[in-house]
Amino acid sequence: MSVERDVMEYDVLVVGAGPAGLSAACRIKQLAAAAGQEISVCVIEKGSEVGAHILSGAVFEPRALNELFPDWKEKGAPLKTPVTADEIYFFTGATRALKMPNLFVPKTMHNEGNYIISLANLCRWLAQQAEALGVEIYPGFAAQTAIIEDNVVRGVILSDMGVARDGTHKPDYTPGMELRAKYTLFAEGCRGHIGKQLIARYELARDADPQHYAIGLKEIWTIDPAKHRPGLVVHGAGWPLSLFGTDATGGSFLYHLEDNTVYVGLIVDLSYSNPYLSPFDEFQRFKHHPVIRQYLEGGTRTAYGARAIVKGGLNALPRLVFPGGMLIGDDAGTLNFAKIKGSHTAMKCGMIAAEAVAEALLAGNPGGEVLESYPAKFKASWLYDELYRSRNFGPVLHKFGALIGGAINYIEQNWFGGKFPWTVHDLKPDHAALKLASECKPIAYPKPDGKLSFDKLSSVFLSSTNHEEDQPVHLQLKDPSIPIAKNLPLYAEPAQRYCPAGVYEVIDEGNTKRFQINAQNCVHCKTCDIKDPAQNINWVAPEGGGGPNYANM
Amino acid sequence: MKALVSVKRVVDYNVRIQVKSDGSGVVTDGVKHSMNPFDEIAMEEAVRLKEKGKITEIVAVTIGGAKNEETLRTALAFGADRAIHIKEEGEVQPLTAAKALAATMKKEGAQLFLCGKQAIDDDANQTGQMVAALLDIAQATFASKIEIDGGKATVTREVDAGLETLEVDLPAVITTDLRLNEPRYLKLPDIMKAKKKPIETVTFADLGVSPAAGIKTTKTVPPPSRSKGVMVKTVDELVSALKAKGLL
Ligand SMILES: Cc1cc2nc3c(=O)[nH]c(=O)nc-3n(C[C@H](O)[C@H](O)[C@H](O)COP(=O)(O)OP(=O)(O)OC[C@H]3O[C@@H](n4cnc5c(N)ncnc54)[C@H](O)[C@@H]3O)c2cc1C
Ligand code: SF4
Repeated sequence: MSVERDVMEYDVLVVGAGPAGLSAACRIKQLAAAAGQEISVCVIEKGSEVGAHILSGAVFEPRALNELFPDWKEKGAPLKTPVTADEIYFFTGATRALKMPNLFVPKTMHNEGNYIISLANLCRWLAQQAEALGVEIYPGFAAQTAIIEDNVVRGVILSDMGVARDGTHKPDYTPGMELRAKYTLFAEGCRGHIGKQLIARYELARDADPQHYAIGLKEIWTIDPAKHRPGLVVHGAGWPLSLFGTDATGGSFLYHLEDNTVYVGLIVDLSYSNPYLSPFDEFQRFKHHPVIRQYLEGGTRTAYGARAIVKGGLNALPRLVFPGGMLIGDDAGTLNFAKIKGSHTAMKCGMIAAEAVAEALLAGNPGGEVLESYPAKFKASWLYDELYRSRNFGPVLHKFGALIGGAINYIEQNWFGGKFPWTVHDLKPDHAALKLASECKPIAYPKPDGKLSFDKLSSVFLSSTNHEEDQPVHLQLKDPSIPIAKNLPLYAEPAQRYCPAGVYEVIDEGNTKRFQINAQNCVHCKTCDIKDPAQNINWVAPEGGGGPNYANM
Repeated sequence: MKALVSVKRVVDYNVRIQVKSDGSGVVTDGVKHSMNPFDEIAMEEAVRLKEKGKITEIVAVTIGGAKNEETLRTALAFGADRAIHIKEEGEVQPLTAAKALAATMKKEGAQLFLCGKQAIDDDANQTGQMVAALLDIAQATFASKIEIDGGKATVTREVDAGLETLEVDLPAVITTDLRLNEPRYLKLPDIMKAKKKPIETVTFADLGVSPAAGIKTTKTVPPPSRSKGVMVKTVDELVSALKAKGLL
């Protein structure tokens, strides 16, 4: 069945208005203006507005922003709170912690010169700059598939609007538009769903290690002004995750921003092995640790959200280019895991790609080619150098745990500047890391107290997530029988626990069990697409505009 | 016949409203805003009336800061032909808004003024009525059905007792209620075209309006949080619980 679609053509199309996509769009326009030529640039974003789907820490390193907009201060960029103090803790138990002497903090974890920001708000500001430069930005529209003709990417098709749950067309059915471009930049962030297809189709990851991920859960709190220390950055490893072991690694953060606001979060590596582990519940109990509780107690939680983090670094980086397009930012995986920072690297990556595209188009390139100049510029940039120095960080933590791994990383980062003469590889993909439920102990999580810790549903409520309910389920099961027939007996169906939004439920119906998908709760974190042991869940874009509505995440 | 549709930029209805910790208002920084849903209904109705050939030109108007341009672009994507941005970065109270809108109505010589029955941020439910009073023209509020014929509009309104039908002479103010229509999805090509439609910017001074602060907000507080419910096991327990609260 072929449908009649509206078509629009641009020189450059960017999929995703995160730091990578917006920086690329701005840079192309800057270069075109400097050359006195016109390059049309369109950005589409699945969130209902720019920033609605952006969730980050975020301690922000301004290096790339300095290059993109040297006058960002005058232009009013929302970098309001400089980091004033760095604290690192090893949480050795539910009430115990060791504070790391400043002397031993790895160089990569020092944050002088950095800012504590809301990345969502920075993206909103970048979008204003982009529009002022002539970029067209359309939030509320999701790219559903790439248009590939004769093996060349020619743009994307946006998701249809007005399709009912059963696939029939509602009265307001509108087929998604075709957006075509000479070059399409995929900037969907971690585990982009089109990026994933392109990586497979063009075998971009053929020479790379398997990609690795974490899930980051985050809340925003308004705290007692007496306890507020603007600019304080607290990082932690260990409890409630493992400190010595390697079965559940991760880290935590607590950042003090302006206006008595605090960001608190837990990052759980998706290489964890116990299928009973629930990142959400780990996060909830984490907040009871005295180091954290001292700030949150008496405060109010105002927002909640979660998002996957791509952390394979250079070893897992796929090839960046294919005919007619490229991957930028975390859609490729440019996050620096030694710093848990991916915003400045995503921006820089977008800018490098933009330079390659703008140069080609300004020289009359017709589009549709493999722009090798992009990976070449990438390799020559500070971004490559930065990622090279950090390439062993994640694998070492996976292999040796937070304490020993942390020590090795300390030595490598401080004494060798990240340049150990060897590279550590981590070849087991996250979805293959689960042990059988029969080999593991269920975890008894404490009941939320309603003050510091909360249940999942009241949390999802604070993400302001909203989807049109009568639409096809956007979490597709390749084989609908697997959750109950295989995942349940083998792994106690871990989707019930790893999903931070309570989307997946196993419902008892007398003698049988049914797998229920509450798709309207989905916060678009992509964890299910990554962690399902059978790789049976395929996240696709719902109707544009659906998903969380994060404000200052 | 020309219709003027006023559209307000408000915090999006999906957003969980938060009161600022100092009680000076609600948090709007970084918070998603969109067109007041009742104004969307007014816009949709105007477009439908135009599609039926009852009106010939739709002019959208908004009052507010630079960001209101987004709201006007939405109105233009719905199908407004052009837009007027009454620029004012400060607080605008209903009477000031009504004066500015009435002045715009006069300037444009429009026959129909459409707007939502109220805005979901302050729920004031005053602007439409005041525009009618200031211009001394007819008004029909809370419309759930609108028909236009010649110089008259027949408006069905939902009242407590059922439905009430009014006939008003044009020019008139009509404010729209929830059940009037279901606003359409905005299509990307229409949003793209809207970027190219004209927006005229004016100020209160241009319209001869001086913003007066008749109302002063002294404090904003969140509603008290609901105390936890009690589960009772028997009717007797229920009765005694109600008695203890003095409800029986
Ligand atoms: C909990 C947590 C803490 C972090 N802490 C820090 C930190 O302290 N410092 C730091 O620098 N970094 C941090 N990061 C990492 C940082 O947020 C990311 O590296 C960065 O956001 C990547 O930018 P991006 O532009 O590549 O992708 P994203 O920021 O993910 O943006 C992608 C955008 O594309 C949109 N999109 C995706 N698919 C589609 C589609 N098909 N159609 C249309 N639109 C689409 C998305 O909605 C989104 O808006 C953290 C991340 C997390 C989750
Ligand atoms: S359904 Fe998948 S993508 Fe959505 S919130 Fe749950 S784990 Fe994340």
